[in-house]
Amino acid sequence: MSPTGCAVTGIDVIAPTGLTLDEYWGRTCRGESGIRVIDDFDGRYHNALAGVIPDFVAQKHLPGRLITQTDRVTQLALVAADRALIDSGVDLDQRDPYDCAVVTSNATGGFEFSHREMQRLWTQGRESVSVYQCFAWFYAVNTGQISIRHRLRGPGSVLVAEQAGGLDALGHARRNIRRGRCSMVVAGGMESSFDPWGWVSHQASGNLTPARDPVEGYLPFSPAANGYVPGEGGAMLILEADDAVEPGRGYGHIVGYASGFNPRNDPAYTRPLRRVIEAALAEAELSATDVDVVFADAAGTRADDAGEALALAETFGPYGIPVAAPKSGTGRLMAGAGAVDIVCALLALRDNVIPPAVHVQSTDLPIDLVCETARKTPLNTALVLARGAGGFVSALVLRK
Amino acid sequence: MSVLAPGSLDTDGFWGMISEGRTAIRRISAFDPSQFRSQVAGEIDFDPAAMGLSHREARRLDRASMLAVVCARRAVEQAGLDHSLDPARLGVSVGNAVGSATSIEQEYVVLSDGGAEWFVDQTYQSPHLFDYFTPGSIAREVAQTVGAEGPVGVVSAGCTSGIDSLGHAATLIAEGSADVMLAGATDAPVTPIAVACFDAIRATTPNNDDPAGAARPFDRRRNGFAIAEGAAMLVLEDLEHARERGIPVLGEIAGYGTTCNAYHMTGLTAEGDEMTRAIDQALAEARVSAESIDYVNAHGSGTRQNDLHETSAIKRSLGQYAYQVPISSIKSMVGHSLGAIGSIEVAACLLALQHSLIPPTANLKEPDPKCDLDYVPLAAREAALRTVLTIGSGFGGFQSAMVLRKVDL
Repeated sequence: MSPTGCAVTGIDVIAPTGLTLDEYWGRTCRGESGIRVIDDFDGRYHNALAGVIPDFVAQKHLPGRLITQTDRVTQLALVAADRALIDSGVDLDQRDPYDCAVVTSNATGGFEFSHREMQRLWTQGRESVSVYQCFAWFYAVNTGQISIRHRLRGPGSVLVAEQAGGLDALGHARRNIRRGRCSMVVAGGMESSFDPWGWVSHQASGNLTPARDPVEGYLPFSPAANGYVPGEGGAMLILEADDAVEPGRGYGHIVGYASGFNPRNDPAYTRPLRRVIEAALAEAELSATDVDVVFADAAGTRADDAGEALALAETFGPYGIPVAAPKSGTGRLMAGAGAVDIVCALLALRDNVIPPAVHVQSTDLPIDLVCETARKTPLNTALVLARGAGGFVSALVLRK
Repeated sequence: MSVLAPGSLDTDGFWGMISEGRTAIRRISAFDPSQFRSQVAGEIDFDPAAMGLSHREARRLDRASMLAVVCARRAVEQAGLDHSLDPARLGVSVGNAVGSATSIEQEYVVLSDGGAEWFVDQTYQSPHLFDYFTPGSIAREVAQTVGAEGPVGVVSAGCTSGIDSLGHAATLIAEGSADVMLAGATDAPVTPIAVACFDAIRATTPNNDDPAGAARPFDRRRNGFAIAEGAAMLVLEDLEHARERGIPVLGEIAGYGTTCNAYHMTGLTAEGDEMTRAIDQALAEARVSAESIDYVNAHGSGTRQNDLHETSAIKRSLGQYAYQVPISSIKSMVGHSLGAIGSIEVAACLLALQHSLIPPTANLKEPDPKCDLDYVPLAAREAALRTVLTIGSGFGGFQSAMVLRKVDL
C-alpha cells in the first residue's frame, strides 16, 4: 500500500443534472444546468431557484418497506451506494463484513420526514407519530441504512461540517484505510431538504440568490454573483486499499486531505484555506506546480468568491491554475457537494477535460476560471476545495 | 474537562451526585408532558446568564450549543490553554445525535402555526434558523469561542457520538493533524418530537409515578431509558505536549474501537458480536488484556434488549473475568443524553480513576437473573482503578468502546 493514498474503485452520482453517472457527466461537460424555478411552492417564498432532481422514483430502486421508513435523502443515498458498489465490482460475499465500512456526511438530516411527523404530533397527538421517526431524520441515518443493506460492519461514521462535510467523509474514509481499520469503505454525502419547512430553513442562510431566472441565480466568481442556489443530491464512492486494487481498475487515488477552520467572520482571512491546501499537498508529497486543476468551492457571493480567488492566487499565482466550478449547474449540495466534486474531478482526470462553470461568462477575479465551454487539457492531479457555512474549510487531492 | 449533566451545574456537582448514587430524573418541566407515554427526563436547570453566556448567545444559540460552549470555555480554562498555542494546531470535535432539535421544533411550531400549515410562513422565521437547520453550527460555535483554525467538525453517529467524537479527536492528534483537540459532545433533546419518537417504539420508561426510580438498568423491572440533556468537553493533547506544558493530566485515551451491527436501525443482535468486536478493538489498541480492566462503564440504557445484549457482549469480550469486573450504568442517575452521554461517561471514568471510586447503578434493586454480572448496585464502591472501559450502543447499529487509563507523571 502506498503511504499516502487509497484508490477509488466505484462511483455514482445523483444530481439535478443527472439521475445516472453517464447523464450527469455528459450534461456537466456540455455545460447544461439542472437549476430551475422550484414549482412546488407557487411563488409564495422569497427565493425560488433550486437544483432539483426531477425524476427520481424510489420505487424503481428500493423495496417498499425501506421506502416507508426513509426520507428522500436516504433513498437517494441508498441508490447511489448500491450503484457505486456495482460499479466497483467488489464482491461483498468474499469480504469480511468487519473489514468494510460506511462513512457519510449529511448536513440537514431527513428533513421532510421530520416535517411530516412534527405536523402529525402537533395536530393529531403523539400516537400518530411514526415508529420510524426516531431514526429516519437523524444525521446518522444514511450510514446506518447503507451498512444494514450491504452488511458492512466496519468502523462506520458520520461527519458534519455543512458543505465541507462531503470532503471530510472521504478524507476520513481514507484515514480508516490507511490506518488499517478496514480495507474498503462506502463513502460520500447526500442532501435533500426541499419540503416547505426545509426550504424556509435554506432561505434563512441569507445567501440564497434573489434571482428568479435560472441563468442568473448562481454565478460564482462572476461580477454579477448575487448569492447561491441550493441543490439536492450527492455522490457515493467506493474506496479500497491501494494494494487490493489491480492496475487499471478504478478511477484514481485520493493522495492528500486536510481540513481546518476560519474562526473569523471574514472571507478575506485566507490563512486557513491556504493552509489546508498546503497540508493536503504536503501529505500527497506534491507541490503547487504539480496540480493541474482546482475544483473550487465557488460560494457565489462576492466576498466569499473574492476570498477563495485570493487564496488560490496566493498559492498558485494570479491566473496560475485552471479553476473549475461545475457546481454552478447543480446548485450547492451541502454535504453532497464535496462527494460530487470528487466524482467530477475523477472523471475529468480520466477524460482529460475540465467541465465549464455553467451560466458564468467571465470573472473579474485573478483566477483562470473555465467557463462557457469545457477545456481539453492533459490532467494528472486535481485539488478539490470545500467550505462550509460558518468557517469550515477542507481540501482533498486526487491523482490519476 | 467540564461536564454539564442533569442534577448539577458543574463537574464537581456531577461527580458528587453520581458518586452518592443520587438520581436527577424528574417529571419533564420543559413543556407539559401529559400526553406522552414517558413523562420523565434528565433536565439541567440551566440559566444562560449565570453560566456566563451573553444576551446575544442566549438568543442565538440552541440549547445544545449553549451547553457545549459553556463546557468548552470551562475545559479550556482548566487546561490552561492560552495564546501561545498555534490556532492552526487546535481543532474541535463535537459529538451530537439530534442537532438543534429543540430550537427546530420551537421554530416549526411558530412557522406552521401549531402544525396547521404545511407551507410554513417565512415571515415568522428566526434569523438563526439556518444554524438550527445545520448541526455543523454547534462545532462552529465552539471553534469560534476558542479561535480554532485546525480540523473542526461534528461527529454524528447517533448515541455513540460521544465516544466517537473523542475517538476521532484522539486519531487526529495521533496522525499529526492537530496538537490539541477540544473534544466532547452535547445534546438537548428534551422536546416534544424527540419524546414522541421514543414513545412510539417504547424505548423510554413510562415510570411516571416514580421519576427518581424510573431508569433501572439491569433490573428485572427495567422498561426503558429516561431521555436527558447534557454535555461534556475535554481537552485532548499528545502526552508529551501536555507534559511540556506542565499541567495536570486527568488520564489517557488508550484505545478506541467502533463497529456497525448492520442488522437493524434500532434492534440489536442477540449475541452482541458487533459490540464484542468494538470492545476487542479498544482493548487491542490499548494493548491491555481483559483482566487488566478494573471497571466497565456500561451503556446500560435500561431497555429490555440493551442490557441483555450488552451483558452478552461483555462476557464474550472479557470471558470468565466478566463475572469479576465491576460494571455500572450512570444512565440510572443522569439519564440518556443521546449523543452527549458517551463523552459524559468518559468524564465519569476519568473522575472514577481520580477518586478511586466506582459510581453505582442506581435503582438496581431486583436484579434480572439474565443479567448476572456485578453491576455495583445502589452504592458507590471504592477500588484501586488504573484502566477502565466505557461502552456505547446506538440507533443506526453503532457500537463503540474506549479504554481510559491513569497516567503516571
